[in-house]
Amino acid sequence: MKHLLSINDLGADGINEVCRLADLFTEVSQRPIPKVPALRGKTVAMLFYEDSTRTRLSFEVAARRLSADVMGFSVSSSSVNKGESVRDTVNTISAMGPDALVVRHRSAGVPHQVTGWTSAGVINAGDGWHEHPTQALLDCYTIRDRLGSVAGRRIVILGDIKHSRVARSCVMAFTSLGAKVTLVAPPTLLPPAVDSWPVDVSFSLDAVLSDCDVVYGLRVQHERQAEALLPSLREYTAQWGLTVDRAARLPVGALVMHPGPVNRGVEIAPEVLDQPNATLNEQVRHGVAVRMAVLYLLLAADPDLHPEGEAS
Amino acid sequence: MAERERRRTPPYGGVFSARTRVMEAEDIKRATWRMAHEIIERNHGLEGVVIVGLQTGGVWLAEDVVGALHEIEGAKPPLGTLDVAFHRDDIGLRPLLPEAPTDIPFNLDGQAVVMVDDVLYTGRTIRAALDALNSYGRPRTVQLAVMVDRGHRELPIRPDFVGKNLPTRRDEMVDAHRDGVDLGEIVK
Amino acid sequence: MSTVIKGGLVIDQTGERTADVVVDDGRIVAVGTDLSGDEILDASGCVVAPGFVDLHAHLRQPGAEEAETIETGSWAAIRGGFSAVVAMPNTNPPIDCAAVVQEVLALGAKAPCDVYTSGAITVERKGAQLAPMAEMAELGVRLFTDDGNGVQEAGLMRRAMEYAAGLGVILAQHCEVDSLAAGGHMHEGEWSSRLGIPGVPAEAEELMVMRDIALSRFTGAPVHFQHLSTRGSIAMVRAARQAGVAVTAEAATHHFTLTDEDCASYDPVFKVNPPLRPADDRDAVREGLADGAVDAIATDHAPHTMDAKERPFDQAPPGMLGLETALALALTELNLPVAEVVGLLSWRPAAIAGLKGVHGGPIVPDAPANLCVFDPQETWTVDPHDTASRSRNNPYAERTVRGRVRHTIVGGQTVLVDQVMRP
Repeated sequence: MKHLLSINDLGADGINEVCRLADLFTEVSQRPIPKVPALRGKTVAMLFYEDSTRTRLSFEVAARRLSADVMGFSVSSSSVNKGESVRDTVNTISAMGPDALVVRHRSAGVPHQVTGWTSAGVINAGDGWHEHPTQALLDCYTIRDRLGSVAGRRIVILGDIKHSRVARSCVMAFTSLGAKVTLVAPPTLLPPAVDSWPVDVSFSLDAVLSDCDVVYGLRVQHERQAEALLPSLREYTAQWGLTVDRAARLPVGALVMHPGPVNRGVEIAPEVLDQPNATLNEQVRHGVAVRMAVLYLLLAADPDLHPEGEAS
Repeated sequence: MAERERRRTPPYGGVFSARTRVMEAEDIKRATWRMAHEIIERNHGLEGVVIVGLQTGGVWLAEDVVGALHEIEGAKPPLGTLDVAFHRDDIGLRPLLPEAPTDIPFNLDGQAVVMVDDVLYTGRTIRAALDALNSYGRPRTVQLAVMVDRGHRELPIRPDFVGKNLPTRRDEMVDAHRDGVDLGEIVK
Repeated sequence: MSTVIKGGLVIDQTGERTADVVVDDGRIVAVGTDLSGDEILDASGCVVAPGFVDLHAHLRQPGAEEAETIETGSWAAIRGGFSAVVAMPNTNPPIDCAAVVQEVLALGAKAPCDVYTSGAITVERKGAQLAPMAEMAELGVRLFTDDGNGVQEAGLMRRAMEYAAGLGVILAQHCEVDSLAAGGHMHEGEWSSRLGIPGVPAEAEELMVMRDIALSRFTGAPVHFQHLSTRGSIAMVRAARQAGVAVTAEAATHHFTLTDEDCASYDPVFKVNPPLRPADDRDAVREGLADGAVDAIATDHAPHTMDAKERPFDQAPPGMLGLETALALALTELNLPVAEVVGLLSWRPAAIAGLKGVHGGPIVPDAPANLCVFDPQETWTVDPHDTASRSRNNPYAERTVRGRVRHTIVGGQTVLVDQVMRP
């Protein structure tokens, strides 16, 4: 695998392979010195056109724990503000010889475009409303860690699905592993042509609450109110918020997940986030091991290289 | 670990064809017991001794060594496993995906670590293992036990405890397991 | 000096016949057998047709000369067999008053094909105040459009239609309701959903088609629909024509060739407005061209610089090249008799543009010599770098197509000989 642009690049086998490797990297992360020399000499460049704390830090920690060098690049401090095109920036960074580019951009498809402009591997760290594959991978890993497997689980994805790259990647990842996914949102926050997605759709959270293994909440942004997609956030919370009352009706052991950052009190009540079945911190922790696995798969296990030298 | 793993790793993935049996199960058992005695002798008992088997080929031998130590001394030293894939110096030179977990549920600081592997060849796995051990602490001493030393070292590494010294050619393959050690070739 | 086009199959609105055509002093002087002239253009195995007329070309001048000029765009037209193009008014400054019309016509006079210009319906194409259509009509402007924008307000469109009818000119509408289309960058449907690209629903176009049919019926003024792209639009136009409403329509080459699935590459070269639609809409465009619901093929030739088309999909400008590939795509994709394709490219658009008798045939003695000779069988592979345009945003790269223009004659001047431009 040369690039990770979409969950589709992996398929079920690939997702399982990432999870298996992530197990090994979880152990590495627990060592007194949580660092291995696996990617010594490799350089990973971070190309973040959009603010991000957790994803960017997670990739950086992952790369460093594999002993890769990290090249940082952020919009505020770069020539992008002087009007440089993405292509020129990619060319410039590529000239410094990175082995992988981790790309985040507010526009869908930019990581796809970048692959045409560099010989480095490209990892999509979130593009517009399109995809955020490593988030979906760490979510699969978290579910697998808590519930044993993703297959057969009933997963409710709740909130602003239309504008969510996380939702697109998660739907693909969960369903390809054999989970049953139900999207729950007001119709204005569902994507167009949702009947072409491999999911069920419900407009009522109360109708599906008592019959699921995971509730996966998505961030509902204040702008949605201004765009007339929602009458008010208050009405949203009343109808679709995971309140304390609703959380109490979840089956025992059902997980509450969220990719963060959370609008506390809008999509999920603060008390629910503190319950032991809420996995937000685990998701962040697993993010490092999963991203180590992705970097390792892309940069260490190059199947095109012909073997040479003797082993043992 | 290397012999077995290398055979399973594409494009090496051929089939091992045994030509000569060089050790029988009984020989292996005797050698294991002898090495156990030597470990006790070298360390003046088992105080502060921990055993670490290298994934995947060294694990069975590490288990058997611990079993023998237990029977001899009546005490069971802690047993861990170590996968060195992330520490190898040939990552990127050949396809290499780690297969087994590292599990070292004890502190290595100040301990005498006996690393156990089935076959010692170029020494690169051991170099990687020494590197990996550093992540877990600072042992007082590290010793190496192998069932077969087949020569062809590429690094200044020598074993402390050896089941059998076996002269080989580079194109030969050694397959070591509980039931015996075979010398043969990989048939593609 | 006379020129004879030898041995071709002559096709015009009067029919087909194998004949030689002699051109002299800007006019066709003879059509018959065994004719001779000073220069001989071989047309054996080829079709001799009226020069094509493009109702919809963005020549980018004034204002965006880095993407195209009237001269380079005209050469692209010549290579595509067009003897006349109608320039769209979304330039900078926009073509919304006599001064800009004069500038464009002056530049056009030096171009190798006949350049006509449209004028804007409203001042600066902003949809607020009527542009001075009468002063532009006096300079020969026959088609008025705010292309790039639809006229949003129904009341204003009604007044524009009434005013235009009095001048004997025609209004052409870019049908798109902004409040539905705003923020969209491709067709809203299964593919936009999957790709995470904000969409434009088909209804954004159809609502305006519906409204303008009603306004045309109400005012009696003709309206021409530009680049129709949906099944619903074409069905409404078909029904309106049957009911005797004075509407005409064009379809762009890409709308009968490409689909929204092409956007899956995230290559902005596939971004266009109206957007590429699903296969069913593409098929409806083909049906509309076949049964006469749609009058003409237009190119919507829209050059953009490489830089502009390498932006992220949602930041890149819409539009794709079309002049040099229109004939080949029509012959390859439409599965229509050659004569019908010729009609869709020549006499039918010529009638809408008010060019009857000048462009679009018939090929008879004493008619102006605006002609195109093409080989309907030659297959070739599209190469975006082999172009007369200043831009390279050609979505048909590597596509193998059938039908190639060999010679083009404009006003009696042979400007293209065996695909070679003759300045």
